[in-house]
Amino acid sequence: MKILVPIKRVVDYNVRVRVKSDGSGVETEGVKMSINPFDEIALEEALRIKEAGKAEEVIVCSIGSKDCQQQLRTGLAMGADRALHVLTDDEVQPLAAARALLKLVEKEDPKIVFLGKQAIDDDCNQTGQMLAALWQRPQATFASKVDLDGEIATVTREVDAGLETLEVDLPAVLTSDLRLNEPRFVKLPDIMKAKRKPLEEIALAELGVDAGPALETTAFEPPPKRAGGRMLESVQELVDELKNKGLL
Amino acid sequence: MSEGETPEREVMEYDVIVVGAGPAGLACAMRLKQLDEALNVCVIEKAAEIGGHILSGAVIETGPLDALVEGWREDPPPICVPAASDEFRLLTKTGSRRLPTPPQQNNHGNVIVSLGAMCAWLAPKAEALGVDLFPGFAAADLAYDDNDAVRGVIIGDMGVDREGNEKDTYVQGIEIRAPITVLAEGCRGHLTKRAIGKYGLDAESDPQTYAIGMKELWKLPEGRVKPGHIQHTIGWPLPNGIYGGSFVYHLDKDRVAVGFVCGLDYQDPDFTPFEAFQQFKHHPSMHALLEGGEILSSGARALVEGGLQSLPRVEMPGAMLIGDSAGLLNVPKIKGTHQAMKSGMLAAEHIAEHRTTTGFDDALRASEIVAELNKVRNIRPGFQKGLWRGLLTAVVETVTAGKLPRTIANHADHEQYRKRNGKVFDYDYVDRDLPPRDRLASVYFASTEHDEDQPVHLKIVDPDVCFTKCEEEYGNPCTRFCPANVYEVVDDEDGKRIQINAANCVHCKTCDIADPYQVINWVTPEGGAGPNYSNL
Repeated sequence: MKILVPIKRVVDYNVRVRVKSDGSGVETEGVKMSINPFDEIALEEALRIKEAGKAEEVIVCSIGSKDCQQQLRTGLAMGADRALHVLTDDEVQPLAAARALLKLVEKEDPKIVFLGKQAIDDDCNQTGQMLAALWQRPQATFASKVDLDGEIATVTREVDAGLETLEVDLPAVLTSDLRLNEPRFVKLPDIMKAKRKPLEEIALAELGVDAGPALETTAFEPPPKRAGGRMLESVQELVDELKNKGLL
Repeated sequence: MSEGETPEREVMEYDVIVVGAGPAGLACAMRLKQLDEALNVCVIEKAAEIGGHILSGAVIETGPLDALVEGWREDPPPICVPAASDEFRLLTKTGSRRLPTPPQQNNHGNVIVSLGAMCAWLAPKAEALGVDLFPGFAAADLAYDDNDAVRGVIIGDMGVDREGNEKDTYVQGIEIRAPITVLAEGCRGHLTKRAIGKYGLDAESDPQTYAIGMKELWKLPEGRVKPGHIQHTIGWPLPNGIYGGSFVYHLDKDRVAVGFVCGLDYQDPDFTPFEAFQQFKHHPSMHALLEGGEILSSGARALVEGGLQSLPRVEMPGAMLIGDSAGLLNVPKIKGTHQAMKSGMLAAEHIAEHRTTTGFDDALRASEIVAELNKVRNIRPGFQKGLWRGLLTAVVETVTAGKLPRTIANHADHEQYRKRNGKVFDYDYVDRDLPPRDRLASVYFASTEHDEDQPVHLKIVDPDVCFTKCEEEYGNPCTRFCPANVYEVVDDEDGKRIQINAANCVHCKTCDIADPYQVINWVTPEGGAGPNYSNL
């Protein structure tokens, strides 16, 4: 059984995200980029499933510019067997990503497509769900625990009311939540091994999907700056201030 | 394997290991592959990404780039602004006087870069030559063979908790072995420090001397930045007795690099370098430049200033020192990158020809790299007697090109503190309103990150000294010289102690240098931890 793990190259979570001065997007020049942390958790889970003897192959894939290959190589160093890179320099929105992933699914025939629940750049939380719909297969999102038994996955989901447990028939789409696992550190010798693992490039145009943007972004702007605080002398002064502001 | 037994470390072998992917290390690795494609060369870098721990001015000479990267001007580093004009000023609190630009600081033909971005730009070129780059891995220790020669490095373990226990994610660091290890860690490298101690490399040289450099990258309102303009100042806010000054480099895209350097041989233990930097930004001329702008990133890094007198022996069995691991910065020029790159290439040429570290010390001392240091050797130590005596020495030494038969000795920085005597020096400071408000606000712009659940990487080897001696004599200067507010005195139910906020550390190494009793030892945290500098 194969597991396909799509990963997205995003601005690293430690970086202070800044809006470009012309409002056309987010500054990425000279900025550290990483695998989307939720995708890394999905990859870790896929690798654990394989190491438990329940899968034969873990394939990482990514859609984007040539630079994505850094993240794919990291995925291979973590332990994925091979990588697929769908090359495009254009913006890829969730629906386009789902359509492209469906083509990879048709090509590879995986039993599980394991994604992060959302990417930390656009926070869309859509690609996994859209892929399940296009593929017409079950989905179990926000997974905090996954058990596999033959053709059935039992998935514990983190929902608003607590935990929900689902059984889904494979093939299926799973998406990871934060508490599913803690991803491993990459070992230095594995980086060398990863350089020799296969990485296949496919131009997005060759997949023959409608990848055009369905949504148009009109502008980016940073959140308004917080006004500075002020120290008050007494409780009475605080009460007066709150009354003046109409808050009391 | 029985319980308690350490598993054998995994070993990887190379022909040459370079520690540190800065300008020296990358130049060395690239030149090695250019000279002999068959050599297996790796570079270990503790930053998560190449360039992430690098902070420099930086106006650089382009000679070494010409020698290393063919056609680089057609594909320049991401920030690369040709030097256009130089301006050197002496500041008073409210005014300034223009001084003639020292000839060493004539920047015609040089370029202003972000050294971090330049190293990130060099990295794929090194990989294309066949160099194996390993960012995110800290060389925690040197490994030695049976003859006590360096045989490589030991990579730090990952996934160890604060108390030193293995977590679920624990991965033992491997040992990388090679006949030659090149230490290119920059100023005060922790492996270099051990090597200098073990092999007595500084037995015949003066103590190394240092400075702390702090830098902020600003984006200013349109129209204020004059790309290529290079400003340096001396004087206010530093008193006559403290060596240092500012740099302001005008970049492209309305960006300006603002920085401040203070010699760590200052005598007043109550002096705070970070505050001096922030004060400088409030000089009327600077305030007018910066007001309304925003900080993009900031950080700090110690730098070497000892020059020729403090140059240790740069070879030992199995290893050699290059760049600022050796200490090759040219202080009057305020430049070290060209020296670092040249020494890296020289080391590569030596290795390719001789396949041994033996003879590298002679080769370096016979090179133009050390000749350059010789010429200016008395200028920085001339400032030991204050700004005015220093300027006079600088003029004499510049006119005579260092040919006078004298060499002024360097003294260890940490021995220069005078004990507190109840008098507090008044620094003639102003009220501040530009960001950052304090050191914690500044660290935010360094994007520094350390997993809190790991051993503290700043070790106070004798904590008793802090409150039996240091507090009374010097008032715990660690709480002031650290630009990231790592050291705090707390006094609670557990008693009085130095609290170490290791997660704030920006790896500048100042504490390892400047603590008066030399009880602070900087060791590597988990690989990949530390600042994530962008374009510094």
